[in-house]
Amino acid sequence: MTSTLLLEQIFNGLQAGITLFLIAAGLTLILGIMDFVFLAHGSQVMIGAYAAAAITIATNNFYFGILAAIPITFVCGYLLEWLIIRHLYGRDHMDQVLATFGLILFFNEAIRIGFGPAALFTNFPSSLSGFIEILPDTPYPVYRILIILVGLLCALGIHLFVSRTRVGAMVRAGASNPEMTAALGINVKILFRFIFAAGATFAGLAGMMIGPLTSVEPGMGEPLLILSLVVIIIGGIGSVRGAFIAAILIGLVDTVGRVMLPMLFKTFMSVSTADTAGPALASMSVYILMAVVLVFKPTGLFPPKGA
Amino acid sequence: MKNKFITAVIAAGFVASAGMAFAETIKVGYITTLSGGAGIIGKQMKNAVELAMEHKGGKLGGMDAEVIFVDDQRKPDVTKQLANKLLKSEKVDVIGGIIWSNLLMAIHKQVTRADTLLISSNAGPSPVAGSNCHKNFFSMSWQNDQTPEAMGAYMNTAGVKSVYAMAPNYQAGKDMIEGFKRFYDGEVVGEVYTKLGQTDFQAELSALRAAKPPATFIFQPGGMGINFVKQWKQAGMDDVSKLYTVFSVDGISLPALKETALGTISTQTWSPDLDNAINKRFVADYKSKFGGYPSFYAAQAYDTILAIDHAVAKSGSKDTAKMREVLAAGGIPTTRGSLKMNTNHFPIQNFYLREAVKDSDGVVTSKIIDTVFEDHGDAYAQDCKF
Repeated sequence: MTSTLLLEQIFNGLQAGITLFLIAAGLTLILGIMDFVFLAHGSQVMIGAYAAAAITIATNNFYFGILAAIPITFVCGYLLEWLIIRHLYGRDHMDQVLATFGLILFFNEAIRIGFGPAALFTNFPSSLSGFIEILPDTPYPVYRILIILVGLLCALGIHLFVSRTRVGAMVRAGASNPEMTAALGINVKILFRFIFAAGATFAGLAGMMIGPLTSVEPGMGEPLLILSLVVIIIGGIGSVRGAFIAAILIGLVDTVGRVMLPMLFKTFMSVSTADTAGPALASMSVYILMAVVLVFKPTGLFPPKGA
Repeated sequence: MKNKFITAVIAAGFVASAGMAFAETIKVGYITTLSGGAGIIGKQMKNAVELAMEHKGGKLGGMDAEVIFVDDQRKPDVTKQLANKLLKSEKVDVIGGIIWSNLLMAIHKQVTRADTLLISSNAGPSPVAGSNCHKNFFSMSWQNDQTPEAMGAYMNTAGVKSVYAMAPNYQAGKDMIEGFKRFYDGEVVGEVYTKLGQTDFQAELSALRAAKPPATFIFQPGGMGINFVKQWKQAGMDDVSKLYTVFSVDGISLPALKETALGTISTQTWSPDLDNAINKRFVADYKSKFGGYPSFYAAQAYDTILAIDHAVAKSGSKDTAKMREVLAAGGIPTTRGSLKMNTNHFPIQNFYLREAVKDSDGVVTSKIIDTVFEDHGDAYAQDCKF
């Protein structure tokens, strides 16, 4: 029983990790290439979720909602960079923190004005509501497996793009040494605008996929933003590969720890103590992991070369 | 001659001051959460207060009235400052509202010791019901433990032998499970504390599926309730365990859950289908004015204004001691009928079992299916000495 439960929890951890990776992938490049502290990345998740939910509700077609929301989030990201973000590159980090924190408030209020403070209701189509037996007698929801697959495909796509294409080489060069890359005649700013928009799209995609599972409401992206910041710090700022491995790691530690730690504690301490200590330690576990990684690898697990 | 003139002036003065007294205004400060994720709750409460004022013709107990709404942002420090401002510069006669127990704890002493009535529209933490109670505090809701107590009692009669309990890891979550266990006689096989504000419960549901308890009791308020119930249904957990809820499936989460919530049961002191004239008028007018069912938060906010109206009307004054006497005597007309008051100024009231159903228009709402407790008082009243 315990081993099948563990396997199921590993799947849950994978799904959480993959979602985090989609958000962190763009964020790590934004921080890495442009040295820009962008706190409003959670809002991109919310924009994606709202775009997909609103279109799904209007057309009554989940797939159409997702397909239409992808270009919308790309355009939103592109416009955001062009209108606001590019004017902030020259400023120091504190200004960037303040400005992008202001953007969080702006987006949350804009959504509240446009859609009201109540959560939007969406559900995935009944064709995706089934279960797959990952092991005999261990059913797992199809939709969550689909999230894992889509996330893995995105990860593979990003990996091939960054490591095998010419533009990808520019991205890597930009992440390691932006000044030198610009000096070699590469327009880092245009490059970055597209990376920014692509990052927004992947974050938006994460929002679109978790929308039917959780409530689509103002401010839904912020809790995810904090975890994705942990992800990029562990993975090494600017490294997509690092973000992938760290996201999976965080997803597994958070999910498996949350359920298994209280169970583990109950084997050697009283039930009431375990009920208090278990959740307390579980909620700290990802930050403890971050602290441990930073002690041994201050630049993260996979810092870009030359950084 | 001169004396007569002075008498006339004094008499005129009396008439004028009597006229002044007649035109007295009662000021009510209403503290609730209008911004952030919980802003939807505060908005419903503000709607309900405004509806109550409209129903009362803008007066409270026949006296001209003014209600000042302030946004506590769900922060104790902000709430403390707001209460201070309402007391000192606005000089309000009554402070009402307060959704969250921790915010109530932050201002309880400050307001009650300033000889101003404090009427809670929702929060009911145990300290203010027991040893730290104060005569100037009144609850128009319930004591936190009572609603899960009712669920525990119902599950006994339903013959549920063992249960798995789940609540967020903070004070109210622990209080709810304590209250539940006080009345539930069966075995609590698992007690799981989730993260406050958690959005994905898949890991907990997987563990639950492995544990296979016949029943699951949850307290997951606000957005957490929406996520939990949605994921519970999506994971097909109904085939594994039966779900019993408190403060998770209500007028706030039902519009987001819709059909997903159908059949979910909960305990509560109020329901939109409660059959009395005040409630019928409240629900009908709220629906037509704001386009949706009110939640219990809205009903309690409405009742808070009705209580002030009752206190002023019956005492003929806005004097704290006189209004307090009226409220303490009970018999307050509310959406829950005539409300009795306990010795600690918490209501003694019925607790109902509710089920999420579709109304005649196809809108998902809750309906009373049974009365679990009649005239139920809280466990802390005996510790309260004013």
